[in-house]
Amino acid sequence: MTIGLGHYLTVAAILFTIGIFGIFLNRKNVIIILMSIELILLAVNINLVAFSAFLGDLVGQVYALLVLTVAAAEAAIGLAILVAYYRNRGSIAVEDINLMKG
Amino acid sequence: MLFPALFFYLFAGVCIAAAVMVIAARNPVHSVLFLILAFVNAAALFILLGAEFLAMILIIVYVGAVLVLFLFVVMMLDVDFAQLRQGFMQYLPIGAFLGGILLIELVLVLVSWTIGPDAQRTIATPIPPIASMFNAEALGHVLYTRYVYFFQAAGIVLLIAMIGAIVLTLRHKPHVKRQNVADQIARTKATAIDIVKVRPGQGL
Repeated sequence: MTIGLGHYLTVAAILFTIGIFGIFLNRKNVIIILMSIELILLAVNINLVAFSAFLGDLVGQVYALLVLTVAAAEAAIGLAILVAYYRNRGSIAVEDINLMKG
Repeated sequence: MLFPALFFYLFAGVCIAAAVMVIAARNPVHSVLFLILAFVNAAALFILLGAEFLAMILIIVYVGAVLVLFLFVVMMLDVDFAQLRQGFMQYLPIGAFLGGILLIELVLVLVSWTIGPDAQRTIATPIPPIASMFNAEALGHVLYTRYVYFFQAAGIVLLIAMIGAIVLTLRHKPHVKRQNVADQIARTKATAIDIVKVRPGQGL
């Protein structure tokens, strides 16, 4: 009944898979795709923190902090691009994003 | 020993269920709210692992800032989300196929994997015992000394993200009058007033 490293890694693996699955499932909705990316980064963070706790090394938590920072920046920039795109085109459907196709 | 295991299964179960609802909910607002639930439960998992500082950061930064930003954008955009969901079932088989392959690979890695005997020797900064130092304190001791350049780089990443987001979304409306401080300061007496001598009976 003791919870080991494998339990946490399993949770992270399932979350990662759900994130990938979400990108495939909601291919038209950019907002859900961004949320799926957040789920993937959360799974990465759970992996880092679990290894950090079970190996007794603090660097994993430092690295998880950096991943959190980059994820927050990515979400802010992605949403800003989304808002700017919606103002110009009036739609956020992924298949409409083809202006640079030539 | 029973309670930590019980809480682990509770938090992990709710986290995974909420993650499934994030990608399956019809309304994107519900998706964001389920994402908040998933992140709060992940923070609880972090607390179970002894990383209290990261758990608090996850709640403050993620739930407090990033997901509220998501909620704000979802509510601000006036999009027909039902139309965006078309093709959901069309992509389900290929998505399930690829997701299943990925999950099987990850599980195969998990079952056939052990920590090497040399791993204990490569530990860079061991976690101090909880009696001598709390997690946030220990993290600060490491982050501000040995990894201070990474800390600075994280700050620069956030600064650039902030500037980028402002540049991308700022727009000047053409008919709004704005204060121009340089013009105001550049005004002198000579340019500001114009004395006109009007003679009686003649007008201008």
